[in-house]
Amino acid sequence: MSCNRTETLLHAYFDNELDPGGAAEFERHLEQCPECVDALDALHRLRSSIGAAQLYQKAPGSLRRKVLPARTPWRWLAAAAALLLCVYTGWQIASSHRDDQTVLAEELVDAHLRSLQPGHLTDVVSSDQHTVKPWFAGKLDFSPPVRDFAADGFPLQGGRLEVVRGRASAALVYGRRKHLVSVFIWPMAAKDTDPRSGSLQGYQWVEWRHAGMEFCTVSDASRSELETLQALLAK
Amino acid sequence: MSNLDPQEKARFERLVIPHLDAAFNLARWLLRSGVDAEDAAQEAMLRAYRFFSGFHGGDARAWLLQIVRNTCYGRLDRVKNMTEFDEELHGPSSPTPEALAIAGDNRERLALALRSLPPRYREVIVLRELEGCSYKEIATITSIPIGTVMSTLSRARAQLQMSLSEKAST
Repeated sequence: MSCNRTETLLHAYFDNELDPGGAAEFERHLEQCPECVDALDALHRLRSSIGAAQLYQKAPGSLRRKVLPARTPWRWLAAAAALLLCVYTGWQIASSHRDDQTVLAEELVDAHLRSLQPGHLTDVVSSDQHTVKPWFAGKLDFSPPVRDFAADGFPLQGGRLEVVRGRASAALVYGRRKHLVSVFIWPMAAKDTDPRSGSLQGYQWVEWRHAGMEFCTVSDASRSELETLQALLAK
Repeated sequence: MSNLDPQEKARFERLVIPHLDAAFNLARWLLRSGVDAEDAAQEAMLRAYRFFSGFHGGDARAWLLQIVRNTCYGRLDRVKNMTEFDEELHGPSSPTPEALAIAGDNRERLALALRSLPPRYREVIVLRELEGCSYKEIATITSIPIGTVMSTLSRARAQLQMSLSEKAST
């Protein structure tokens, strides 16, 4: 004896997917169909053993850290600093023959890419230079120039802390039409240099030294746009 | 890459990021590997972030899980093409009694039985029993009609019950 309701209505009833009228009708059916009663029992047993087995797999911490916004920038910074120091040391050993400029560009392109991950773009979100600049005070041992160039087509979006060559640095984020530009700034006791530029993995970078600081911009915007921003920043 | 304004970014963090566990859980069961699932969940989150301007409210979990599912099936197809090996065709359709006997406790037995289901069955069980999704949500996530959700679920449960009873009878 087979019950043709088993396949369909039984599951909908079990999952509370029937409307009250349908559920009442099915319950009347249950009163005279031992087969459906047994099948319903079996479904309850299956569900409780699935529940008891605790099969739910929560996101591991490593994934959480990659995806969640940095709520505790300093802890994140410490971890990033340690990681970058390891990576950088590894690099030094593995590629001491490589051009220093290329190594730096790689590091900064990676940092720019990392910042594009959800929640990593900015630690302080503001288009107001008077909000962003004080935010850096106390977090850095130098004072990066923070200016909004919205009138010139580069609106300031915010800032965040980065670790460049193992030391805390400022990263400013500017918008450029649909693109984002990261500007990395760290202190450098050396005389001013003219901008140098290059490209890596489809990203452009422009680097220069000015007023005791080293600047490097990274973006998927065009080289000429980065040069325009460079001229604004160096003014 | 699209650039969300700060307000949209905050909305993304409020609506989508809380479903990270759901994203990982589905990827973990579909791909059956923790490492692959972590990659896929991250990729799906990134896609969700990119396409967030196209999300006009509603069920954010279902919207995200749809992206996770597509990401996972993309990966499964790639692997299939690379190895030209279709596990669904060539692999055991249910765990062997020996494997189940070795698996021993309830958790191991169930995990093994669930892992052995074809992906289309596995996903409805995961979504219904682990994630607690309604038929309507499952229909959204898997892009199959509600009636088909119901029949797939009933077949998936029957197969799961069968693999588990094979153990009991050995």
